[in-house]
Amino acid sequence: MRLLLITLLALLVATVVGLGATWMTATRGTDLGTLTIGAWTARPKTGTSDVDPYSRATITRNGELPIGTGDGVAFTAMTDDRKKPLDGRCDVVVSGVTPAARFWTLTLYDSKGHLVANSLQRYGFTSQEIVRGADGGFEIRVASRSRAGNWLPTGGIERYALMFRLYDTPVGVATRTQRDAPMPMIATVGCP
Amino acid sequence: MIRLLFTIIAGVLLGLVVHLVSVLALPRIATQDAYSRLTPMTKLNAVSQLPPADPGNTLMPFLDPAFAVAVCRYDLTTGPIKLTVPVSQAYTSVSFYTRNEVAYYAINDRSAGKKVIELDLMTEAQHNDLPEDEEITAADRLIIDSPTATGLIVLKALAPEPGLMPQAQTSLAASSCSEQTDQPAKQAEAPRAKR
Repeated sequence: MRLLLITLLALLVATVVGLGATWMTATRGTDLGTLTIGAWTARPKTGTSDVDPYSRATITRNGELPIGTGDGVAFTAMTDDRKKPLDGRCDVVVSGVTPAARFWTLTLYDSKGHLVANSLQRYGFTSQEIVRGADGGFEIRVASRSRAGNWLPTGGIERYALMFRLYDTPVGVATRTQRDAPMPMIATVGCP
Repeated sequence: MIRLLFTIIAGVLLGLVVHLVSVLALPRIATQDAYSRLTPMTKLNAVSQLPPADPGNTLMPFLDPAFAVAVCRYDLTTGPIKLTVPVSQAYTSVSFYTRNEVAYYAINDRSAGKKVIELDLMTEAQHNDLPEDEEITAADRLIIDSPTATGLIVLKALAPEPGLMPQAQTSLAASSCSEQTDQPAKQAEAPRAKR
């Protein structure tokens, strides 16, 4: 009787620990093979055949199609440069320089990876439609209310993610530091 | 007391095994992966355009709204696939995924270097069965080996401005993905090559 109880307890612990760890890694992701530059994180290896098992589990669970290495690379930011989570009710400025690429796009998603509805039907910017300053730099204002210049509406949602995708770019599996890939800065400039 | 501690340690160790096995098994048992989501709305061995990415479209997460996207869901068991994608004005890319969404190959218009991206997709076995001379005449055609018999080809055309979206969609509509029809001709030519 006691042996049975102990076996059951061991199996219970095994199930909770095992499936719990799997669920955690599949939903939150791991640091395996990540490239972090400022607030931006990319996993260039997810676009190749040697994608790690944790990323594979996350990709199939979410129903995503990762961007292939010959196509480009995707960076995600959930926070600003000071690690403050991106808040749709605040004014956030994305500015500065971008790594070499033929095109890039910046897109705003809710926490589930869906686009956020707004009256302008603007869900992001491409490198071609952005309004630049005289020095070639740009500034994108991510805010719930209309702003002058490059305004990216948040729809006032509490948490969002920004995705910065580079197409036809040397940035990829071999990239290590900010010097190879100078990413734009993200700063929260004001909250109501 | 020691027995209880031992039980818990054994449980945690066994849990690690459960964790590793479930992570490795997840791609195979996931029912909501991209391939399954696309199956009801795409034709087999043909190009199907996907609806534009907008807030009401919750087909797949993290779609880039700046792109027109078309998908060719392929099955190579009956023969290789011939893929032709005309290059759009801005940027066009073709990505290949296995049945379990491993991105094993991707190419863009510039690396293809032509006005039309032309590819032959086949399994490794079909590639090995190609007659030798066929390979030489086909040198200007790119041959891709698919690790799995089924999978997805994703065609993307960039609309650098929202107004250019119809143009990007039109360019994708002209692409084709079909089973190779010159199969009998190839077999007829094969004996000649042996002479």
